[in-house]
Amino acid sequence: MIFGRSERGKPPVEPVTLKILVAGGFGVGKTTLVGAVSEIRPLRTEELLTEAGRPVDDLSGVEGKRTTTVAMDFGRITLREDLVLYLFGTPGQERFWFMWDELSEGALGAVVLADTRRLEDCFAAVDYFERRSIPFLVGVNCFEDAARYPAEDVRQALDLDAGVPVVLCDARDRESVKEVLVGVVRHAMSRTAAARHRTVAT
Amino acid sequence: MSADGRAGHHWFDDEAGPVVRPYAMTRGRTSHAAQHRLDLIAVVVTEPHADDPDADHALSPEHVEIVERCRDTPQTVAELAADLDLPVGVVRVLVGDLVDEEYVHVSRPVPPAELPDESILRDVINGLRAL
Repeated sequence: MIFGRSERGKPPVEPVTLKILVAGGFGVGKTTLVGAVSEIRPLRTEELLTEAGRPVDDLSGVEGKRTTTVAMDFGRITLREDLVLYLFGTPGQERFWFMWDELSEGALGAVVLADTRRLEDCFAAVDYFERRSIPFLVGVNCFEDAARYPAEDVRQALDLDAGVPVVLCDARDRESVKEVLVGVVRHAMSRTAAARHRTVAT
Repeated sequence: MSADGRAGHHWFDDEAGPVVRPYAMTRGRTSHAAQHRLDLIAVVVTEPHADDPDADHALSPEHVEIVERCRDTPQTVAELAADLDLPVGVVRVLVGDLVDEEYVHVSRPVPPAELPDESILRDVINGLRAL
């Protein structure tokens, strides 16, 4: 199509793009959290996995199936015309960890969403971000029928470093999720500031 | 395949998934030499001179679609994959082709550790609060 183009000659704005990851166990509310602040309905990207070179999938019963699909839901927040934040829900199953490496590269930070009824579901995500020194925050999604625990109890149960913020949140609530994301960025800022300080000092 | 030529009819069913496999669009290529792993939030921008990709018969309909979509509003690799309903790996290869042919360029995201100062992060916080 050649006709009907708007403002010909004016180059389109190339935005700065940043990403924050949303991790946590299956059903903890990752996509709900993304949907609460995203300006678009969470979109789904898929990646096909082939057998070769991938962690072994249990394919018993579906012999002959050569590929499997890993889906990632993501949302978008346009902060300014030239500044766009993307939120990526990480694939829940541990066998898709190699996808995390790709997702976390260049990420600003991460939210680990936790459910106090199944706290162990987020151990793996906490461990992952700790090992790779990716700034993260633990958001305790306060489900209505779950007992409330003080943030400090959750910190102890997860054996978190003192610097890792723990916040209680409601993944359905836009204001609550905004605060969670602000918390991630602030935490990332303090981490980079400390890193800069160290670089200058040495 | 049987010799009588009849039994071969229903060798696939719905369980087999799409008959055209996604990587057929990339002629079997799963990676692109020039484009090592484009980030999901790398932004694809159509070059101003890429006027008429339709006329280039070396391009597939999916190539043309990407050129047109990224003309007025640059799109990320993730958005292209979701909107075109293609696996991310396929989009990466197609975008790599388009970069080679100079239909588009890609602006790679700056890793937060390499940001020149904190002002962008402050802008993110202020932008989130203002939502």
